[in-house]
Amino acid sequence: MAGRQTNRLRGHGLVDQGTTVSFRFDGQQLTGHPGDTLASALLANGIRLVGRSFKYHRPRGILTAGSEEPNALVELRQGARREPNTRATTIELYDGLEAASQNRWPSLKADLLSLNQLAAPLLGAGFYYKTFMWPAAFWEKLYEPMIRRAAGLGYPSKQADPDSYEKTNAFCDVLVIGAGPAGLSAALAAAKAGARVILCDEDFALGGRLLSERGDVDGESGAPGRRPRRPNSSPPDCRILRRTTVFGAYDGGVYAAVERVSDHLPVPPEHAPRQRLWRIVAKQAIVCAGAFERPIVFGDNDRPGVMLAGAVRTYVNRFGVAPGQNAVIFADNDAALRTATDLADAGLTVQAIVDPRPQGSAAAEQVAAGTGALYLRGVIEKVRGAHGVRVVGVRDNQGGTRTIKCDLLAISGGWNPALNLTTHLGGKPRWDDSRACLVPGDLPAGMRVAGAAVGEVSTEACLASGEAAGAGAARDCGFSPSAPSRPAPDRQIAPATPVWQVETGRGKAFVDSQNDVAVSDVKLAAREGFRVPDHVKRYTTLGMATDQGKTSNLNGAAILAEATGRYLGAVGSTTFRPPYTPVSIGALAGHHRGTDFRPTRLTPSHRWAEEQGAVFVEVGMWMRALMFPRPEESAQETVNREVANTRAHVGVCDVSTLGKIDVQGTDAAAFLDKVYINGFSKLAVGKARYGLMLREDGFAMDDGTTARLAEDHFYMTTTTANAVRVSQHLEFCQEVLWPELDVQTVSATEQWAQYAVAGPNARAVIAALLDSGQDISNDAFPYMACGTFKICGGVPARLFRLSFSGELAYEIGVPARYGDGLIRAIMDAGAAHGIAPYGTEALGVMRIEKGHAAGPELNGQTTAHDLGLGRMMSKKKDFVGRFLGEREALNEPARAALVGLKPLDPKVRVSAGAHLVPKGADAVAANDQGYVTSQAYSPELKSFVALAMLSNGPARHGEVLKVCDPLRGSETLAEVCSPHFVDPDGERLRV
Amino acid sequence: MRITCPYCGERALDEFTYRGDATVKRPDSLDENTAEAWVDYVYLRDNPAGPHKELWHHGAGCHAWLEVTRDTVTHEILDVAFARKGC
Ligand SMILES: [Zn+2]
Repeated sequence: MAGRQTNRLRGHGLVDQGTTVSFRFDGQQLTGHPGDTLASALLANGIRLVGRSFKYHRPRGILTAGSEEPNALVELRQGARREPNTRATTIELYDGLEAASQNRWPSLKADLLSLNQLAAPLLGAGFYYKTFMWPAAFWEKLYEPMIRRAAGLGYPSKQADPDSYEKTNAFCDVLVIGAGPAGLSAALAAAKAGARVILCDEDFALGGRLLSERGDVDGESGAPGRRPRRPNSSPPDCRILRRTTVFGAYDGGVYAAVERVSDHLPVPPEHAPRQRLWRIVAKQAIVCAGAFERPIVFGDNDRPGVMLAGAVRTYVNRFGVAPGQNAVIFADNDAALRTATDLADAGLTVQAIVDPRPQGSAAAEQVAAGTGALYLRGVIEKVRGAHGVRVVGVRDNQGGTRTIKCDLLAISGGWNPALNLTTHLGGKPRWDDSRACLVPGDLPAGMRVAGAAVGEVSTEACLASGEAAGAGAARDCGFSPSAPSRPAPDRQIAPATPVWQVETGRGKAFVDSQNDVAVSDVKLAAREGFRVPDHVKRYTTLGMATDQGKTSNLNGAAILAEATGRYLGAVGSTTFRPPYTPVSIGALAGHHRGTDFRPTRLTPSHRWAEEQGAVFVEVGMWMRALMFPRPEESAQETVNREVANTRAHVGVCDVSTLGKIDVQGTDAAAFLDKVYINGFSKLAVGKARYGLMLREDGFAMDDGTTARLAEDHFYMTTTTANAVRVSQHLEFCQEVLWPELDVQTVSATEQWAQYAVAGPNARAVIAALLDSGQDISNDAFPYMACGTFKICGGVPARLFRLSFSGELAYEIGVPARYGDGLIRAIMDAGAAHGIAPYGTEALGVMRIEKGHAAGPELNGQTTAHDLGLGRMMSKKKDFVGRFLGEREALNEPARAALVGLKPLDPKVRVSAGAHLVPKGADAVAANDQGYVTSQAYSPELKSFVALAMLSNGPARHGEVLKVCDPLRGSETLAEVCSPHFVDPDGERLRV
Repeated sequence: MRITCPYCGERALDEFTYRGDATVKRPDSLDENTAEAWVDYVYLRDNPAGPHKELWHHGAGCHAWLEVTRDTVTHEILDVAFARKGC
């Protein structure tokens, strides 16, 4: 049986009372109406206790009606969609909603962990730093788990999020943040002037405080029961984003917003995201974010049933809910008197208006008389009721005390402008003495603030300031707005007389109820020397967590000011940073998760390789074929077969992922002389050459081969990993360092499909592809030759006689669109010659057998000398890295340089990353002489082999060293040798 | 942050990569007396508060190297020009 909505005010408010929706809270079946929030529906059902506090597990209720809520945090939904720390005040009610209270065990009403309250003296300000310091060993095993168990917020689901999130961009002339009276008025004024406007509001309904207050706007009555009227002619260009929080302001008029597209639904509709992240680029922005009402701090002010006076009006007027039947009002301002009137007009009882202002208020006295309430000059100093307010104790000005039975205590200490967005770029708020609040200070370029966010109080003033800001923003975008229709707001307001806290009360007086920070904690911090609000925040946790102190920061600053005997305006406040309210990681990630975390690049032979059953490996963004296993083959057997087949017959491998850069211009050769350590000017047309590039600090950056296709045309290859970096480096050299050279470079990586065909039969395979009349005999097309040919009936192909494997080999390139066809043609042509494809694993084995440096050796810490290429460094020309590369220390023999390693036991794998120490020496850092970079099993040598960087390495061939891998727990002996394990003289290349 | 590329117009920050100070001049590597200048060029940078000329690469756009004058305090972009002079 669903609970009855005992506190629903029939006929009141903007919710659709004709339609009933069901929801569950802590397993209890309840009902509400469309238009409710979870908070308003709970209150309608008479539920005031909704959670337990962070440290002391004190019972907590609902303080606010908005996103600033510190207390009413719940776990929303179940299973993979469970979302902890969700503010009940912003959750839009839907049929089937499930929520659970947090931070209680075993149940909300009987929370055994509330025993923490007894340990309260231990949990004061800075308790993390003090109480649990000793003994140190207890921290990890005892204190930390204990604190985490007892203190904490909700729990995440720990399952993958089943929903999707997306990101989008928007551009506008004027961005209006907040759709209250000021925001609506600003958007209208800007749009009427012709500006493209985006209007965002975090709420699901537009209107802001207009939804919560009764009163007339332009002759039409406001809430309850009336929705804001749509303008007769819709504005020319105004995009309205509801459920959209602008949470950050960034440089150059960039704003970030999150739109909760589907959070108000049980499950997102098919193909719809749960949330959408907006990047909005606005020429002008108007912050109309409203204001936060601030509490007055007094003893036991955290009991359920203590609620901000403005929130009480919201629940009564907007949601048609009585937050209590018997109310007491405790406020230091006349604006809060509307709460008494609205409660009384809704048929509820107002027991008393307690006025702490020394001078009192005639208006308050009048409202009290009109609503049948007592008017008491004094303060609230105690609140009783274990799970909600039952009785409040009032101390009057004469020192007399009395108790009043009530179930709702509406409090107000004034209003703080929601100026958070104005400070995200470093702006400092300014203290306004007469309003007793911080108001926006210097604003970033292109930003305006209007309405309550700039300290306006009345609806008329908000409408007028919004209109003026909207017109001003449109004007700054080059439009001509019409003259304002509303008079400028009257800025003469009675100075506020704020009451921050009640000193005389007993019981813990909470400044920040989300973090259980009491007045005593702030005072303790002050006694311990903390004077800056940002420091007090870190020490006491005041203003941390999901609400970032929206209802507590200024009270904390005021108490700090008092405790340190300073003027509040000089103490200031904490720094507001993005995000304004919590943003889910999912929204920030968008579609970039799982395999979509970054783009996947496929090689031209990918589909063909899939058909062959290839196993793929991620190399950067590329998917490359790792190997082509046959049935019943182990991975090692596959690699051994692919290597052996290539060395005995012929193999083919897709090398399209290598970076390919086209270099053209009359100074192309001179340019290459500048970027490689070795010379290219004398390279003949039709020839290719290996080259090494350094960084300007003398360390190796990348290597590859460059072929001269014509006098002024070169074709460079880079390693797969560095393709983008080298391309950017060349552009830097060309545009910044040597702009006088006539040269252009462009990446052609994706334009060319390229295959390595290697092995004794490689020539026969290539020859079979060539159209007739073309000669690639060893004389006509020797080692390191390059040229353009026609293959397969007229397809243009570039042929390079290059070898990474050490065998007679060619690289053949065709425009990428022929890539799939070419691999199939190569396989067909090679069938008669014993061809088999090989993957990157076999490619790696063969390059290690040949001692070619690759990624593990080009690790950013090696020089040309270290790689055994020191003699390639030209002495005659300028090139990048020349000067610092010649530094003595980078060339001394003691540096670790490239060697080969052969384990004494050929069956023992030498692990990459292992360190080398002298045989018989201890495996300690002091004995370290180098490290293993690459290792493989060499089918040709029938032994494991490795490449290593060894101090004075080239002079130590034949020496036996200990290879230590403490990480994997292995030690083995290996002999130092030349890195060229196979065909050291390169005879196979040249046949 | 937004940068107005002379070729491509106003673009989002993610399209660009930062390199650093645009005012440092590469010494002559064939002049043996430039050791200090080289250390200065490669390793040492000023850290001014205020307008700063710096190199940005428009990698997700036209690939031009740009000389951007940026206020390091306010992040305001004061000027954008091609790093290649005479363009
Ligand atoms: Zn560009």
